Amino acid sequence: MPARRGNYYSGDAAAFCRRPLMDQALIRELKSLLGPANVLSQKEDLMLYEFDGSVEKARPEVVVFPLSTEHVSGIVKLAAKYQVPVVGRGAGTGLSGGALARGGGVMIVFARMNRILEMDLENHRAVVQPGVVNLDITRAAEKAGLYFAPDPSSQKSCTIGGNVAENSGGPHTLAYGLTVNHVAALELVLPDGEIVRVGSRHGDTSGYDLCGLFVGSEGTLALVTEITVKLSRKAEAVKTLLAIFDAVADASRTVVEMTASGITPAACEMLDGWTLRAVEDYIHAGFPRDSAAVLLIEVEGLCEAVESQAAAIEEICKVNHARDVRTAKDNVERDLLWKGRRNAFGALGRLAPSNYVLDGVIPRSKLPEALEQIHATGEKHGFQIGNIFHAGDGNLHPIVLYDPRDTEQFKRAITAAEEIIRMCVALGGALTGEHGVGMEKNELMPLLFSDADFDLMRRIHDAFNPDSSLNPGKIFPLSKGCGEIRVRKSGQAAGDRP
Amino acid sequence: MSSIANLSSQLEKLVGSDRVNTSEALLQTFAIAGRAPMAVLKPRTLEEVAEIVSFAAAEKLAVIACGGRTKLELGMPPQRYDLALDMIGLCQIAHYDAGDLTVSVDAGMPLMNLAMALAARKQFLPLAVPFSSTSTIGGAISSGVDSTLRMQYGTSRDFLIGAEFVDGTGRRCKSGGRVVKNVTGYDLHKLLIGSLGTLGVITRLNFRTYPLPELRGACTASFPGMEAALNFHDYLLKSGLPFSNLELFDPQFSGLLAGYSNQAGGSIPASLKENAWHVFASFEGIAGVMARVQRELQERCERAQAAHYETLDPQDSKRWSGALQESFDWLRSAAANVALLRIALPQWAPKDVAELHLVLKQSPLRSAFALRACNVAYLALLAEGEDAQTNAAMERCVSHVRSCVEAKDGSAALLYSPARLKDRINVWGTKRADFPLMQRVKRAFDPHNIFAPGRFVGDL
Repeated sequence: MPARRGNYYSGDAAAFCRRPLMDQALIRELKSLLGPANVLSQKEDLMLYEFDGSVEKARPEVVVFPLSTEHVSGIVKLAAKYQVPVVGRGAGTGLSGGALARGGGVMIVFARMNRILEMDLENHRAVVQPGVVNLDITRAAEKAGLYFAPDPSSQKSCTIGGNVAENSGGPHTLAYGLTVNHVAALELVLPDGEIVRVGSRHGDTSGYDLCGLFVGSEGTLALVTEITVKLSRKAEAVKTLLAIFDAVADASRTVVEMTASGITPAACEMLDGWTLRAVEDYIHAGFPRDSAAVLLIEVEGLCEAVESQAAAIEEICKVNHARDVRTAKDNVERDLLWKGRRNAFGALGRLAPSNYVLDGVIPRSKLPEALEQIHATGEKHGFQIGNIFHAGDGNLHPIVLYDPRDTEQFKRAITAAEEIIRMCVALGGALTGEHGVGMEKNELMPLLFSDADFDLMRRIHDAFNPDSSLNPGKIFPLSKGCGEIRVRKSGQAAGDRP
Repeated sequence: MSSIANLSSQLEKLVGSDRVNTSEALLQTFAIAGRAPMAVLKPRTLEEVAEIVSFAAAEKLAVIACGGRTKLELGMPPQRYDLALDMIGLCQIAHYDAGDLTVSVDAGMPLMNLAMALAARKQFLPLAVPFSSTSTIGGAISSGVDSTLRMQYGTSRDFLIGAEFVDGTGRRCKSGGRVVKNVTGYDLHKLLIGSLGTLGVITRLNFRTYPLPELRGACTASFPGMEAALNFHDYLLKSGLPFSNLELFDPQFSGLLAGYSNQAGGSIPASLKENAWHVFASFEGIAGVMARVQRELQERCERAQAAHYETLDPQDSKRWSGALQESFDWLRSAAANVALLRIALPQWAPKDVAELHLVLKQSPLRSAFALRACNVAYLALLAEGEDAQTNAAMERCVSHVRSCVEAKDGSAALLYSPARLKDRINVWGTKRADFPLMQRVKRAFDPHNIFAPGRFVGDL
């Protein structure tokens, strides 16, 4: 048996790096459990799993592909026996480093647990394995006029397991809520390998709302091996509007007024001029290249309600000097507009070797102020920062383009990002609206949470994951203890990022 | 603790003598299942709540936080009960960002006052829960009672965006925030919903608010038999029409509802006078939506051959929606001896309702049944006598109903019952496989087990 490792999540940063190397006997036992084809341990294979959609990097020591819940339980038991950490991973599209093996160890990739186990269309439920791609649930349900509401931009590739871990959102979160609002029950594997179910198909059990706790816990409490999701009925009518503005401030004021007047569209997305031009060059979605900002607004419901809401929205846009408000005339035009929105990050990839997509939240009334401050931060650090985001719920996604090979530029990008997130908190917002804390923002958590908050979250963490064997180094700041938790001073870059 | 006098003196030092009350008469008004606390404390500030809990944790005193005291009968009797925290002194709106549609409110704020403050800005909280005129917001969340607007707006877990509370170590904690979209840290505030005060003392709650609908309306339809009514209920559920509530009730429930309305001085829709099964549908929105829903409802009623159909005028719609919202209250006083069950099933097919009514037929007790949207039903067992034979019949019937429901992967919680029944039946039903996980959560929040010990699922 290898020597017992230290507790290497928050609370002991030094011990975090002190774990002994992977025991080869573990890899042999994993191959015996899963078959050699489901275990990767060569460096060149592992390198493929050291990234996700974030700017972070961490390499696992072995990657495994379970085919069943029993496999996952077996893997976790073996990892416990050899005292190595475990991290779950779906498609690796996350943007906060949640699916990176910060503590090394075993990475469980759920790609091969990708079956839809049951479609209960009568009762609007689907039972799926964690490796099922988000959009595939909707594809399986749409013949019955149903769909799975959470729609991250990466919905063609991200998995439901990842969505559950991060409590993912998407453009339509504005009206329909995050992943947690659409999950009824979970099957979990705890760090000791125990398999347990929480929640219920009808979603109404007596007792604490454990589903509500586990969804969004970023893989730090348990591994999710089966999910019962709620399916929603497609709206009778949908109208997609494109409001075009000559000033960003006019677009943001439109969002503020729309919210204040009680109009909640199904989605309300903003693209600033710089971003929409990059998107237009790539996608040709129909965004006017000479505009300063556009709002992509969607209303859904009964025909009568949609017509009335669309008219009210158009009125508010015009009062706020919209140059034009166009309505998608058919599904083809609607899909094209959404293609432009959903592929925007890809479009920006053509402009720089890398981009850093931030995820902060502000009260919606503070939108004009926040956009001004983001612009000022960009100027201060020498970046053109693009904005393409969920304006309706105040979920900002500023995008900083940078070259990771230029260490100095990368540090400036990180500093600018941190300043923007601090600004979100200062405006009364939060660190993350849908991407999770992960290893991207764990050191910023003390901006929002007190020592008492951390103590309680730590007790919850330890109640399920006492040895920090699941996804260590995430959510909690890596410092010696709550009393000594320190946030890096503004302007000081994270030391060891790639 | 050497004596009550000693305890009282220490508490007075902590929060001031005007905030500590040990008069027997007052203590009895905070009693739960016959057990009264040793003292009632009325904190003025969030800091005082934390100080009291710290003291209680150090002295191992059991604490139960109370608001309007309308739902103290929920759950099991407490195993220990030393201090009652009367939270009604904490009743301010801490932040109301009407432009952002968010509000942050102290736990002791009466629901009615909050509703009025929001209505002044043409907004509301879709928490249409019973005891609406006497409950506090903290009590409504802590008890987890159902809202009749759940079908359209979801449960409080869908619009509670953050909370502040005091944990079992006496420290002030928070979770979530005041923005409508937020995944920062563990969502601990979701655990507080329906936890019956066993995890912490809720001090402040943050909500997403909603614009008040322009218009509200409702209709009732009656059917001679259960199957036709249930099929119609199901038909409407699948219609895609935007109902805010959709309920089905049996003839006995209709009779009690009509009686309640009569007492309240309102008129009774003709259809409710019939000995029939009823479907009640309420909806809201702009005039165009209302007209469309009413038109389609009428067409669907005709196609389904409803015995009677009635569109209620706005005043009646409001009154009947209100009566259904308060059904928990009036059902429990519908007879001398009442047991009220809340039943959730994965689905309610005609055979499920039929099986349940078969169980009821075998019992000498009267009953009333209502199926709300979202697969939640209410079943009241009614008896006039309180003798041993009646109590035994009630116990038998609850057990039969529960076995029938649990066999279908459902759950049946006893919301209200005579104390004697709670001596023999756990109100929460059979412990589920995830109960050990709940124990872990309880220990993390409340390591000294001082919050409402024994009241919740599995004696937590």
